[in-house]
Amino acid sequence: MALDVGFIGRTYPPTAVYEVGREKIREFADAIGDPNPVYRDPAVAQDLGHRDVLAPPTFPIAITWPAATVIIEDPDLGLDFSRVLHGEQRFVHNRPIYADDQLTATVIIEDITERMGQGFLSTRTELNTVDGELVVTGFSKLVVVGAGAGEGEQA
Amino acid sequence: MIKFADVAKGDVLPAQTFPIRRVDLVKYAGASGDFNPIHWNERFAQSVGLPDVIAHGMFTMASAIRVVTDWCGDPGMVVEYQVRFTKPVVVPDGVDEESGARLTVTGKVSAVNEDGTVRVDLVATSEGEKVLGLARAVVRLP
Repeated sequence: MALDVGFIGRTYPPTAVYEVGREKIREFADAIGDPNPVYRDPAVAQDLGHRDVLAPPTFPIAITWPAATVIIEDPDLGLDFSRVLHGEQRFVHNRPIYADDQLTATVIIEDITERMGQGFLSTRTELNTVDGELVVTGFSKLVVVGAGAGEGEQA
Repeated sequence: MIKFADVAKGDVLPAQTFPIRRVDLVKYAGASGDFNPIHWNERFAQSVGLPDVIAHGMFTMASAIRVVTDWCGDPGMVVEYQVRFTKPVVVPDGVDEESGARLTVTGKVSAVNEDGTVRVDLVATSEGEKVLGLARAVVRLP
């Protein structure tokens, strides 16, 4: 159960490049039921001053969550995936993600704590363009529970 | 389009109610890549102690911010957004348009900051219970 606090600060290598694309943004917007044309029509996005269609504010999770599986699958850390819940999520946007972005994700373990028999793992995932511009930072708090249901959404 | 100068602390954003049906969770699983069976398989969900299939927390988070993005007019103005997943949104099975769950989201301006941003606090409820905690967004308005 005990999580090794020695993993605090561990930074995993950047992922392969994720090419965003207009159709992926449209698919995501459709899936969250948001009809906003700014996610679909480049002309509407450009009228608002954007260079291309932009992604919804929570779209980065489609990149950061798969990237964070390196933590769950890290054999040294030994997490049991079936006991990991998604407790909190935060995004900091330096700018919106655009359809023409090519991004890599870098996952960092920020903190590991324990409280009342539960483990808490705080991660930071930075999405950078291939040119090194930081676009979005995603912060996830994962809860590692014992058997039985805990607070939070099962990951 | 909302202007920074027109916003005051305490302003109430237009509330919205979003239907969440099983098909929405299937679509979200596909688009997000999160295929955890608790979001589409009732037997599996119950086997891990849940009452029924539950919505992806990230689906709820994505729905809730629409109260902000529809209000401010440009989703690109959202500079920060956070939630805590405090209670699952249970999504019952069904065949008609009325099936599934309802998510109701309200928002209120909780701070007007000197740097040209405003903070909006969100309250998201389903079946009368709060499903998100500490749900807040920071928006940079023109």
